[in-house]
Amino acid sequence: MSSLLAAKGLYGGYGSADILQGTNLRVETDEIVVIVGPNGAGKSTAMKAVFGLLRIRAGEVRYRGETITNAKPEQMVRRGIAYVPQEKNVFPSLTVRENLEMGAYLMKGDLSKRLDKVYTLFPKLAERRRQQAGLMSGGERQMVAMGRALMIDPQLLMLDEPTAGLSPLLIDETFERIKEINAQGIGVLMVEQNAKQALSIASRGYVLATGSNRHEDTGPNLLANPEVAEMFLGG
Amino acid sequence: MIDILQLLVYGLVLGSVLTMGAIGVSMIFGILRFAHFAHGDFMTLGAYLGLAFISAFGLSAWWALPAAMVGMAVVAVFIDQVLYRRIRRTQPVILLIASFGMALILRSLVQLIWGSDNQTYTSGIQFPWQLDWLGGLRLKPDHLWIMLISLGLVASVHLFLTRTRLGKAMRAMSDNMDLALISGIPAERVIVVTWVIGGALAAAAGVFLGIDTRLHPMMGWTTLLPVFAAAILGGIGRPYGAIAGGMIIGVSMEMSTLLIPAAYKPAVAFAIMVGMLILRPQGIFKGTV
Repeated sequence: MSSLLAAKGLYGGYGSADILQGTNLRVETDEIVVIVGPNGAGKSTAMKAVFGLLRIRAGEVRYRGETITNAKPEQMVRRGIAYVPQEKNVFPSLTVRENLEMGAYLMKGDLSKRLDKVYTLFPKLAERRRQQAGLMSGGERQMVAMGRALMIDPQLLMLDEPTAGLSPLLIDETFERIKEINAQGIGVLMVEQNAKQALSIASRGYVLATGSNRHEDTGPNLLANPEVAEMFLGG
Repeated sequence: MIDILQLLVYGLVLGSVLTMGAIGVSMIFGILRFAHFAHGDFMTLGAYLGLAFISAFGLSAWWALPAAMVGMAVVAVFIDQVLYRRIRRTQPVILLIASFGMALILRSLVQLIWGSDNQTYTSGIQFPWQLDWLGGLRLKPDHLWIMLISLGLVASVHLFLTRTRLGKAMRAMSDNMDLALISGIPAERVIVVTWVIGGALAAAAGVFLGIDTRLHPMMGWTTLLPVFAAAILGGIGRPYGAIAGGMIIGVSMEMSTLLIPAAYKPAVAFAIMVGMLILRPQGIFKGTV
């Protein structure tokens, strides 16, 4: 059986210079895969490239065996891939509910089941459904952002630094939610700065440096690897 | 006192015209990120389309209004598809200059077809009602209709933006273009709807102006400055701000005639715009710039 997501030998970047230098990524159904690495390693770039937000010059991306290299974001959404960017990941002047509705823009039929699912996972969003997303706290906005992505009932959820700027308490909660989402059978691919915590809930992890794979292993093994610990995890 | 009340009515009528234009300018800026300089000439063409329907089918100006709105919506989408769409991915300044060129083309076209003399929808003078219960305020039926229809159009735009999927998508795109793309919102479809609404409302502004005064190839171009002032005052990219901006500019322009000669009305709009850009460039309601 083919992997949920398999990216092989990706080259690409913003201008003429490639940031990605042959990056490989793989996510199996039901896995949480974490990408860690120093700043400028190309973690977010790799996510954007996979989702079709910047041009891949060489290499290929397959989703359930089907080639989706450089497909448009709209086609990614239709296939069941959802992406949450790190910053500016809500529609600030729209209400919470409208944000969620926009997540399901391409979905046909009644939204109430999808909304209920998201509200069950994030009860706070149900309380605040009429509030403008732009007026909410960072943690609440992150819930809106994840909720928006979950509205398509994705098979693969891509999260770019979901805990950036959150308090330790909210970081714990966010990781709990990610585990719950994964337990529903949704594959998760995420970039994280809180490498230790992220790797501890990860099925597998990648350590990226200067756009190429440095290490790939299970979460616990990466945490135990002295080289990884010294390079990226701050000892 | 009655003078002030009378000028308030004139101000609200002018404000209605400006609001119709400013909502379009604001929406187009919100979605497409450029100041649409041809919007004034959209108003002019809309007014003349109304004239064409009046003379061709013997309609009254009020019945020509919806026809002109539909016609102008079609023209706006057509112009977008043949001109603006091709340069969508370039810098905003290129779109701005292109729209300036389009303004000149449309104005010349109006002159070519309808000539450059003043024209009117109907000849004769309309007698105002004298409202004794309002201290003898004089209100022309036309003015009342302009205000009521504007109110209806504003309400329709509001319902569209808050109740429909496409309307919400339009606000979403205006809020955060990248996230709209990531969510799978079809940008081109939203853009077409933006031009339909912008074009139709510009035609309404033009027809209102034609009903209130007269038709002239420069009518829209000279109204563009207060329209921009209204859009900026309300916070550009915020259609609701455009409503407040339109009314404030319209009333200020008319009220200013109490103190200074009427010829300075556009200067009042300009002064408010400059003052706003210096003191609070994001507008009354925080704009998207």
